[in-house]
Amino acid sequence: MGKTKKPHRKSWKQEAAHNWPLYVLVAPAVILAVVFSYIPMGGLVMAFQNYKPWLGISGSEFIGWDNFKQIFMFKESYQAIINTVIIAVSKMVFGLIVPVVMALLLNEVQHVGLKKGIQTLVYLPHFLSWVTVAGMLRDILGLDGIVNSFLQNFGIDPIFFLGEAGMFRPIVVISDLWKGFGFGMIVYLAAISNIDQNLYEAAEMDGANRWQQTIHITLTGMMPMIIVMATLSLGNVLNAGFDQIFNLYSPLTYSTGDIIDTYVYRQSLVNGQYSFGTAVGLFKSGVGLALTAVAYRLAYKFAGYRIF
Amino acid sequence: MRRVSVGRKVFIVCNSIFLVLMALLCVLPLVNLLAISLSEKAAVNSGVVTFWPVDFTLMAYEKTFQNANFIRSILISLARTIIGTLFSMFVIVTAGYALSKDFRGRTALMWFFVFTMLFSGGLIPSYLLNSALGLKNNFWVYIIPGAFSCYNLILIMNFFKSIPKALEEAALVDGANFFQILWSIFLPLSKAGLATVALFIMVGNWNEWFTGILYMSDTKNYPLASFLQVIVVQGNQQDLALDPTTAAAMSERTIKAAQVFIGAVPILLVYPFLQKHFAKGIVMGAVKE
Repeated sequence: MGKTKKPHRKSWKQEAAHNWPLYVLVAPAVILAVVFSYIPMGGLVMAFQNYKPWLGISGSEFIGWDNFKQIFMFKESYQAIINTVIIAVSKMVFGLIVPVVMALLLNEVQHVGLKKGIQTLVYLPHFLSWVTVAGMLRDILGLDGIVNSFLQNFGIDPIFFLGEAGMFRPIVVISDLWKGFGFGMIVYLAAISNIDQNLYEAAEMDGANRWQQTIHITLTGMMPMIIVMATLSLGNVLNAGFDQIFNLYSPLTYSTGDIIDTYVYRQSLVNGQYSFGTAVGLFKSGVGLALTAVAYRLAYKFAGYRIF
Repeated sequence: MRRVSVGRKVFIVCNSIFLVLMALLCVLPLVNLLAISLSEKAAVNSGVVTFWPVDFTLMAYEKTFQNANFIRSILISLARTIIGTLFSMFVIVTAGYALSKDFRGRTALMWFFVFTMLFSGGLIPSYLLNSALGLKNNFWVYIIPGAFSCYNLILIMNFFKSIPKALEEAALVDGANFFQILWSIFLPLSKAGLATVALFIMVGNWNEWFTGILYMSDTKNYPLASFLQVIVVQGNQQDLALDPTTAAAMSERTIKAAQVFIGAVPILLVYPFLQKHFAKGIVMGAVKE
């Protein structure tokens, strides 16, 4: 944001005469953002109403904070918030550590062809949709799936993995990691390639071994990027991944796997409690916004990161 | 010359083996799926199919393509992917070009757009709005509400910013206007970058499944991703208005596998092109110098 102000500001008239095409060019995006982002934000007043579809937003009764009070009174919504935080935070932690470690390991591969081949394969899952991945997981983890037929060799009875509440969170976190770790490596590999090679030669002259070089040069060089990624992920504390959970969970796993987004979907669009669903959604967006604002400040302070 | 110690050699070998295993782990589920889709039903049910077809057959694919609803959903997916990508690119390229310039109100506009990334009205207000706009049971619901993305806007703006200012200044002196400059200088010079973003948007459009489920009351209007979601995840063939025999056939494991795999084929086809450029694009988006 830190643009220095120009000494001579043109008047709006001069500006319009010269730059009007720019305003025309940006107009379609402005219109879409107003209609499909900002108008729905206005619709959030529903969270403070007892919304009835036949009365509309203008006609429905205002009830203040009642919907929000209910969020923490209902066992289901409370549980959904707990599940969301546990799943999202686990994803954040592993999603930060694993790509860093894998990037460091991949950096040690000297053979260019091998390195490229590995990269090609590990980036791929990121581009598959969660419907595709859920389809695969449901088959692989199914009662006659490849995992159970493997376990049968050891005399283990078939397990219905996706129906076990206790296994749901690990399955979600691991499959998310499987899908995203390769893609997450990209920024770290870029950071590594920006490190000054002379540093390694200098360190070698000083007698530093490979391990010391990795810690003191490579990892240190990656640090700004790690800090940026870690802080930016803070805004996701209530983002457990709707696409993934919705395609993997079932009533059997609601107790550990139902998250805010799936709960909102069921309460509002399936059960018709529009206002309560909106309140839960607003709670999520509000916390997300506050955390993201803090995260951006931190990323700016510690790593000089700016959004644009 | 660096001395290579024994310990180092052992590490290099173990590390390479470990990384190759991890890389294989990323594609083996897909290979398993393909092998199942190409195997005889009996072999699949007895659990002997791993990463190679057993009793090779194309039955699952034949049955899948006999289903008119499946074909129809593929056509809808293709239509929404092509139209949606073109529309998104139009909106984002024009705005990205304008915002790569310095003009009055630019900073305020940037915050206006960035805020849409940070906060949203959420599911229900959007659903009510789109319904009120007549987008329910309307093909354009796949195209218009999701066309603008601030993330892609910033990517493209950064591509445009990296084009030397001198080129534009020369054209302005020659009397060209902003539209001509965008069309004849900026677009040709950022082909690779634009292609990358377009491929990202295409993949996103092809994979998107929720809109169909939410806004279409007739499953005949589902794109492939929504169709697969119902078949594979909800396991509910009645919803797809199939006759009982087709329904029974569609729920077979081999056919499910074939359908899921077909859904992934376009992604696998564009992946080589995508992979060539996306690393650079991601890095440009994440770290701006």
